[in-house]
Amino acid sequence: MNWKRKDLLDIRDLSNEEILFILDTAESFKDISKREIKKVPTLRGKTVITLFYESSTRTRTSFEIAAKRLSADTINISSSTSSATKGESLKDTARNLESMRPDAIVIRHSMPGAPHMLAGILDSSIINGGDGSHEHPTQALLDLYTIREKKGRTDGLSIVIVGDIAHSRVARSNIFSLKSFGNDVICCGPPTMIPPYIETLGVRVEYDLQKAVRKADVIMMLRIQKERGGTKYIPSTKEYSTLYGLTKKHVAMAADDVIIMHPGPMNRGIEIMDDVADGPSSVILDQVENGVAVRMAILYLLIGGEA
Amino acid sequence: MKKKVILDKKAVDRTITRITHEILEKNEGSNGLGLIGIRTRGVYLANRIQDKIKNVEGISLPFGALDITLYRDDISKLKWPEVKKTEISFDVNNMTVILVDDVLHTGRTIRAAIDAIMDLGRPKKIQLAVLVDRGERELPIHPDYAGIVCPVNENEEVLVRMSEIDGKEEVVIVKT
Repeated sequence: MNWKRKDLLDIRDLSNEEILFILDTAESFKDISKREIKKVPTLRGKTVITLFYESSTRTRTSFEIAAKRLSADTINISSSTSSATKGESLKDTARNLESMRPDAIVIRHSMPGAPHMLAGILDSSIINGGDGSHEHPTQALLDLYTIREKKGRTDGLSIVIVGDIAHSRVARSNIFSLKSFGNDVICCGPPTMIPPYIETLGVRVEYDLQKAVRKADVIMMLRIQKERGGTKYIPSTKEYSTLYGLTKKHVAMAADDVIIMHPGPMNRGIEIMDDVADGPSSVILDQVENGVAVRMAILYLLIGGEA
Repeated sequence: MKKKVILDKKAVDRTITRITHEILEKNEGSNGLGLIGIRTRGVYLANRIQDKIKNVEGISLPFGALDITLYRDDISKLKWPEVKKTEISFDVNNMTVILVDDVLHTGRTIRAAIDAIMDLGRPKKIQLAVLVDRGERELPIHPDYAGIVCPVNENEEVLVRMSEIDGKEEVVIVKT
């Protein structure tokens, strides 16, 4: 297929064909990370800026490694050490960065739509690295890649997403991709964390974790987001952990070949117990490994060819 | 579109047989040899050479398929070419790698392929086998084994068709 996009802003606007094209491209890139020389010259001379207004370990490192393995130069900017602390607006920061002629800017911002605003005013390719509680498209793509790798397909699976659905951009992006491929998606969590009308996205809601995980092919755990006030919606983390923390008992109720996913960082002992996180069904570290390949594919597709 | 057949099915097979024997002669047997075909048609050619060496020497040489897209020097001018997988199952270190492609023209594909192989290890030697050498080199690259040397004009194209993907087998020159 012919890739025509300048930016990667959300899963919702990608067609299934585009999503599969990204995953197929990522497969070719996965091998590069396993070689002794983990670098190809493809994006030589290109510059990628990561502009992060929220903290991140995985996403930023993953993008940086992806860019470096393709021979692009990378520059990291965190809001805490940038002129944002001096009161510069996002628009001004972005316009100034654009004057230094980067080819792509990966942005993470607490404001939903921030990447879309930049995409409208800049010529550089904009990649959404997470915008508030709106979307985190590269996470959904690496999750789908991992599901396809482990299950051999992207459709017809029973998938449970557990946790703070209301404030999770990971949940939203995953719901869009998993539903558009025709999976059965169940959202599970305390009623305060399940947004009203979520069923309009085609998902089912189940408040009881034991019922939700029954025969599940994939269980996707979400983090209690303390920085987004996540703990305000539950009486205590102890109670949350008792009702919604994933234990071995839950894993045993799911399908025999269930996979357990978590976007990280994990709150061990709260939403997921140690023996599950480190157990044989866990694919949490595969997700991280696949993240690099998926982000290499995205960078390649967005800035590799002629605009 | 006018076309001229320069090798038919039988001639293609005979030519591959000759290349195979030249490879074995030059390397004094098949010891330490590995075959790497450049995607797409180089892979099928390398496959044929592998079969023929098996018939002669009784051993199946290690084999690989190389995709050079990520190493191209004109990548920024292309409309996002599809990246296919590189699958090389053997360790290239200290091997004599026979690099196989269908048509040798500017030499740029071969330059990219050599770089790609070098990133996988340090082969003892790399030798180049092509079915057709059409001339007009832009880089100092020369084949070790050429099936047929066939200079063509700039407005002509050499097409290799192989039964595995094209349904028929021939080498033709077409005017573009």
